[in-house]
Amino acid sequence: MANSYYDPADLRKFGSITEWSEELGNKFFDYYGKVFEEGALSAREKSLIALAVAHVVKCPYCIDAYTKDGLQRGITKEEMMEAVHAGAAIESGATLVHGVQMMNKYNKLSM
Amino acid sequence: MGQSILSDMKRAAKKSLKARENELANTNRQMEILNGALFADGELPYFKDKIAKTGQFPLKPKTLEILQINVGYMCNQVCEHCHVDAGPDRKEIMTRETMEQCLEVIRNTGAHTLDLTGGAPEMNPNFRWFVEEAAKAGIQDFIVRSNLTIIRSNKKYHDLPEFFKKHNVHVVSSMPHYTRGKTDKQRGDGVFDKSIQALQDLNAVGYGIPDSNLRLDLVYNPSGAFLPGDQAAMEHDFKKALKEDFNIDFHNLFAITNLPISRFLDYLIASDNYEDYMYALVEAYNPAAVENVMCTNTISVSWDGWLYDCDFNQMLDLKVASKVQHIKDYNEDLLNDREIIISQHCYGCTAGAGSSCQGTVA
Repeated sequence: MANSYYDPADLRKFGSITEWSEELGNKFFDYYGKVFEEGALSAREKSLIALAVAHVVKCPYCIDAYTKDGLQRGITKEEMMEAVHAGAAIESGATLVHGVQMMNKYNKLSM
Repeated sequence: MGQSILSDMKRAAKKSLKARENELANTNRQMEILNGALFADGELPYFKDKIAKTGQFPLKPKTLEILQINVGYMCNQVCEHCHVDAGPDRKEIMTRETMEQCLEVIRNTGAHTLDLTGGAPEMNPNFRWFVEEAAKAGIQDFIVRSNLTIIRSNKKYHDLPEFFKKHNVHVVSSMPHYTRGKTDKQRGDGVFDKSIQALQDLNAVGYGIPDSNLRLDLVYNPSGAFLPGDQAAMEHDFKKALKEDFNIDFHNLFAITNLPISRFLDYLIASDNYEDYMYALVEAYNPAAVENVMCTNTISVSWDGWLYDCDFNQMLDLKVASKVQHIKDYNEDLLNDREIIISQHCYGCTAGAGSSCQGTVA
């Protein structure tokens, strides 16, 4: 066993999850493939969304995968970093908006 | 990743691997790596075994369509990814005598496309004479692969757009990205601005304008250890950006995969990307691309007249497996009967939508 929870080489083995549950694995990969096709949003736009979400959910495999995907699509590093900031802003906003709950509770409990 | 190794490479990259006496200047060493443990231990399949699975081994030529002639390895640039290991220090230049042998073949070939490449082909002292003579043969599509910056590099090259126009040459030019940063990183400082000027010069004489018969196509190849994206999407992005930012027009974009040989192989190894890159190529293997891979319709001629299945095999010194191995003995029927020489670098031409000097093939 690897002495680390994350091994970059494991990303290549992602497809092997179907071996232990073929039906669910295949359904997932079909769905995944379909999601990232050109649609109302371009595949390029979806790649940037995926990159932002990869950071928010802190998935090292997804960060590697969608940085490479962005490079392949000719996406610039400035565009990639802006996408990461969009994700980070929502994540920090999600924390900060709970400040209203804190304020509500504070005010309710205070005379 | 070894950033310091990479910056060392950048400093060194002002010279060819050959001039630096780098071990990868030795084609045998490159072949040892391509046949190395990653494949020998069975982790990844040999290209031969991969194509055999779909009944495509041995790979045989189809009708000859393209005669590609490399007129020399000298170049004004030293691009980090160059599979030719070209540069100002390379002295391998096609002589007029070999050009005359090539002209004899050009006049009689069944191929519809003549494709001149290098190095910077324009640096061959007999380049203009050769183009003038070759144009007389009336071949359907006459390509010159120009790196663009050569046009702006010296006054004596400033009239190249007019010269190309006069001989109805189809210009195919490298342009790694529509942003300055990515272009200069791969090809050297100042390359982007010079390339933009050169494209404007070509546009000014009519090249690349929609509906113009003066064809101007661009070649995109990735500036790093990743594969090219969708060719049509890249073309759309390039067209939009070059038009909006610089009022530049061109016809088509060819997306070409970097093959793991020569300076690109050196980069992959030094940046610790070799294994991942080979995995990416093998995973993206597409049997439909094998069907139309360029070695099945191309003959590549080296500066000294030897014949190869493609420009990549030329750089690995893998001559055609035929009784005819030199332009002076050229015989199209005999050549068409050969088996194409393959190795693991061939995965570069069969990944995804495939890759050739004319872009995707599948």
